[in-house]
Amino acid sequence: MADQVPLSMTVNGRTRRGMGEPRLTLADFLREQALCTGVHLGCEHGVCGSCTVLMDGEAVRSCLLFAVQAEGADITTVEGLAPDDETLHPVQEAFRDCHGLQCGFCTPGFVVSVAAFLEANPDPSDDEIRHGIAGNLCRCTGYQGIVAATRQAAAVLKGEGQ
Amino acid sequence: MSNTAAAARYVGQSVKRLEDPRLVTGHGRYVDDIVLPGMLHAAFGRSDLARATITRLDTSAAEALEGVHAVYTGADLNSHNDSLRASLHPPESPAPPANMLADGDVRFVGDPYVMVVADSRYIAEDALDLVEVEFEPLDPVVDYETAAESDDLVHPELGSNLAHDLPVPNPAQEEAFADAAHIITETWHQHRQTNVPMETRGIVASWQPHAGVMEVWASTQSPHEMQLVGARVLGIGEHKIVVHFGDVGGGFGQKMFLGREDMAVLVAAKLLASPVKWIEDRRENLLASNHARIEQMTVTMAVDEDGNFLAADLDQLEDDGAYPLGGPATPGAMATMLYPGPYRMGPVSWRARTVYTNTCGRGAYRGPWQMESVAREQMIDRVAREIGMDPLELRRQNVLKPDDLPYQVSTGLFFETTISPEQTLEQAAEMIGYDDFRAEQAKAREEGRYLGLGMALYIEPTSMGMGPLGTESAMLRVEVDGHVNVFMGTGSHGQSLETTIAQLVADELGVRPEDVTLHQGHGSGYGFGTGGSRSAVIAGSAARAAASGVRDKVVAIAAHLMEASADDLEVADGVISVKGTPAASMTMAQVAATAYQNSDALPPDTEAGLEHTARYKAPPSTHSNACHICTCELDPGTGKVTLLRYVVSEDCGVLINPMVVDGQIAGGVVQGIGGVLYEHCVYDESGNPLASTFLDYLVPTAAEVPDLECGHVVVPSDTPGGHKGTGEGGAIGAPPAVFNAVADALAPFGVYPNRQPLDPNAVLSLIASASDS
Repeated sequence: MADQVPLSMTVNGRTRRGMGEPRLTLADFLREQALCTGVHLGCEHGVCGSCTVLMDGEAVRSCLLFAVQAEGADITTVEGLAPDDETLHPVQEAFRDCHGLQCGFCTPGFVVSVAAFLEANPDPSDDEIRHGIAGNLCRCTGYQGIVAATRQAAAVLKGEGQ
Repeated sequence: MSNTAAAARYVGQSVKRLEDPRLVTGHGRYVDDIVLPGMLHAAFGRSDLARATITRLDTSAAEALEGVHAVYTGADLNSHNDSLRASLHPPESPAPPANMLADGDVRFVGDPYVMVVADSRYIAEDALDLVEVEFEPLDPVVDYETAAESDDLVHPELGSNLAHDLPVPNPAQEEAFADAAHIITETWHQHRQTNVPMETRGIVASWQPHAGVMEVWASTQSPHEMQLVGARVLGIGEHKIVVHFGDVGGGFGQKMFLGREDMAVLVAAKLLASPVKWIEDRRENLLASNHARIEQMTVTMAVDEDGNFLAADLDQLEDDGAYPLGGPATPGAMATMLYPGPYRMGPVSWRARTVYTNTCGRGAYRGPWQMESVAREQMIDRVAREIGMDPLELRRQNVLKPDDLPYQVSTGLFFETTISPEQTLEQAAEMIGYDDFRAEQAKAREEGRYLGLGMALYIEPTSMGMGPLGTESAMLRVEVDGHVNVFMGTGSHGQSLETTIAQLVADELGVRPEDVTLHQGHGSGYGFGTGGSRSAVIAGSAARAAASGVRDKVVAIAAHLMEASADDLEVADGVISVKGTPAASMTMAQVAATAYQNSDALPPDTEAGLEHTARYKAPPSTHSNACHICTCELDPGTGKVTLLRYVVSEDCGVLINPMVVDGQIAGGVVQGIGGVLYEHCVYDESGNPLASTFLDYLVPTAAEVPDLECGHVVVPSDTPGGHKGTGEGGAIGAPPAVFNAVADALAPFGVYPNRQPLDPNAVLSLIASASDS
C-alpha cells in the first residue's frame, strides 16, 4: 500500500479535504470522502458515463481520473446542480417531465453530461443531441425520454419555456 | 371491490414519477451507497480457464497482507450452506453442485474460486494478486450444439451434459404434414447476450451475533427471494433475515435470483461478524453474472396451397452454461409451447433440450422464452418468401381474429377473449404506412439502395399466476395524519411502481398519488417480486383490494361522524364529502385521527385503526399482445444497418400511466435492437470470453436508435383493473422485427440470414456468399 497523500478540492461549492493513496480514483474520493453518492460507477473503464462530473466546468469521467489529478479543482456533481432543496435544475426537471429515467442509475451522469452539452451547444439539432449524448449508456429508457428531455432543457435554458 | 369506488382520476394519466426528484438529483440510495461502521469489502478471484483442475491453491501471502481479514476458498465456505436452491427450482430436480466457490476444479472463465475480505476493495484486489494458484487445464465443452455428445463433462456429478430433454410428440402434427402443399424447414439461431443493468449486482450483509439476525441491503428484484434463499443458505429462520430495499439500478431478470457471490457474502458476514460489502465490477458482470439467448430452434411448418398454416414441428436446443443463475430452467419448453402465438397454427409437436457447457450460466433475460416469437416471426417471413406471398398478407390470413376467441391452442395454452392480435397488426401496418413503404422500397431498389421492412406479432403470457409466482400482497395503512403507507413484496427497479401503485391506490381510496408511499422489502408480505411482467396485474390488484377495504371503512366512519348516509358520500383527493354539498366534508386525516386517537367516537362495532391487508391470486396467465414493425436501410459497401422507423402497436389493457408504458416498451425495443445488431458475448474455441468491457460488448447508444412510435389498442383484461403485463414485451417483439427488416433488405441478393448478430461483418459475409454462388 502506498502512502496516503492529502487531498483538497472544491466540491459543489464547498472545500472538501481528505486523504488517499495516489491510486484513489476521483470517483471513489467523491463518493466516499465528499459524500457525493450521486456519482455512480457503471463500468469503471470510461465508457458508460455514469460517473460524469464537471471539473473546472468541463465534463469528465471521474472513474478515469485519480483524485490527486483533481487537487485544487472545482468539481460539480449532480448534487450540485439544483439551486435549492425544492427546485430542480432545468435539465433535471426535463428528465422528470419526459420520463428520461427509469432505474435512475445512469441518470446523474446523463444529467451532468446534458448540462455540459447544452452549455457548449445551446441550440442542438436532434441529430446533434443523439450524438452529443452518445457517450453515456442507458439500459432502461431506449433513450427516447432522454432525447426529449435534452430537447426540452435546451428550449428552457434558451428562455423559450417548455 | 367497493361498489362506491371513485371514478378513475389518476389511472390513465401520465403522472410524473414520485421516484424522480431524488433520482435526478443524485439522492437515490443504491446498494453501493450503504456504508456501515466497520464495513469490510469483498473481492473474488476468478478462473481464467474454462475448465481446469486446481492443483495448488496457497492463500497465505494474501492472508498476510495488511488490511486483509479473511481469504476463503471453496473448502472454507461451501460446507456452511444448507441449500443454494432458488425458490422456483424444485428440490428434487437435478442441479449443478451447490457451491458458492469452485472447489477442486473450475468450470468456466469467471468461476469464483477464492474470496478476499479486506478493509477496502483496493486492498482486497491487491490480496487477490497474492493468491498463488496453479491449474491443470482440461478440454472445455464450449460448443453447445455438440455438448450433449461430449465425453467431457461440465459437471461430472450429473453424469451428462444434457440438463433437460422434453420430447412432446403429436400424431396429429404428423398427419397434417402428410399431405401439405408446402413443408418448409429452417433452423433459427440466437446468440449469447447479457442483461447489462447499469448498476451491477451487489450486496451488503451485516450479521448481528446473539440476536442471530442478518441484515441485508441488496440490489434485487425480489426482496423475498433474497430473504428465503438467504435463510436456506445460512440455516436460520426466514424471520431472522431483514432485507432492506432501496433503489435498484436495473436487472432485466438478472436480479431475480441470488448469485453464488451473494450467498458467499452472506456466509462471510456471519463468519466474520462484520458487515461485508460486495459490488460486482463490470468485467465480472459481463463474464460471470448470467448470459442468455444462447439457443436455436429448428422449425418445420406445413402450409397449404393458399398459405394457411397447417402444423408445425419444433426442436429447441439451449445452452445453460455451467451454473445457470436461479438453477437449471426449461425456457425451451415454454418457447416451444408458445410457438403458435397469435395464429391458427394447427397441431404442434416439439422437443426442448438444454445442455451444460463450460461457459457463464444462463439466466433470465427480459422475455426469457422469446425464442418462440423470434423463430415463429422469422419463419413466417421465410414461408411468405417461399410461397410467394406478402408477409403482411400471410399474417392477416392466419392471425387469430375476434371471432376465433376464446382460443384453445394445440400446445395447451388458452387465449381469453381479451387479446387483440389482429387489431395491433392492422394498427401497426397503418402507422408504418405499409403500402407506401413497399412502393418506396421498390423505387429505392431501382436506384441501388437496399431498404427493408420487418414485422413481428406476438402474444405474451404475463403475470403468471402459478407456484411461487401466483400471488402478491398489499398491507395498506392510513396513518394518523392521513398519509397512506403501502407495504408490498415487489422489487421495483425502474418500473415506476412507487408511482403506478400510488395511482391505483389513489383512485381506489380517494386520495392523491403523492399521499401514497410504497414500501418494499422488510415488513412486506411474501411476494415473488418484480419481473415476468407481473407487477401491474398481480401487485396492482393486491394494492387495489387493500385500498378498497380501507375505503369502505373510511366511508362508514365519515358517514357516522357527519351523520350522513354512506351512499351519499364521495371520496376524492383525501376529502370525504356529501355529494352535491361540498361544504359538508371532512378530510382523510380527520377520519384517521378518529380511527386511532378517538376510537370511542367510531360507529358501534367498528374496529379501531385504518388498515387493511389483501392478497391477490392471479389467473394462470393474462395475455398481452403487440405488433412491431421497423424499416431499415442497409449499406452493401460497409454492411451497416441503419434503422429508419420503428412502430409498436400494443395492447396491455388499461394503461395505468401511459408515459411509463411507452417507456417500458422503448427500453425493451432498444435491448432487442442491440441484441440483433450489436451485442454479443463472444467466446473463442477454448472458452475464453472476448467481450469483457463495454468496448467489446456494444450496448446501443442514443446515436444508434430511431424515434419510437407507439400506438395503443386497449382491450381490458378480466383482472380487477383490466391491466395486462408489459415490461418484457419490447424485448420480445424487437429481435424478430429487426431481423426480418435486415433479411428483407438483403432479399435482392438472394441470401437469407438464419442467425444473429447481424453486425456489419455478418451482413458483408452474407452479401459475399451471394456473389460467390
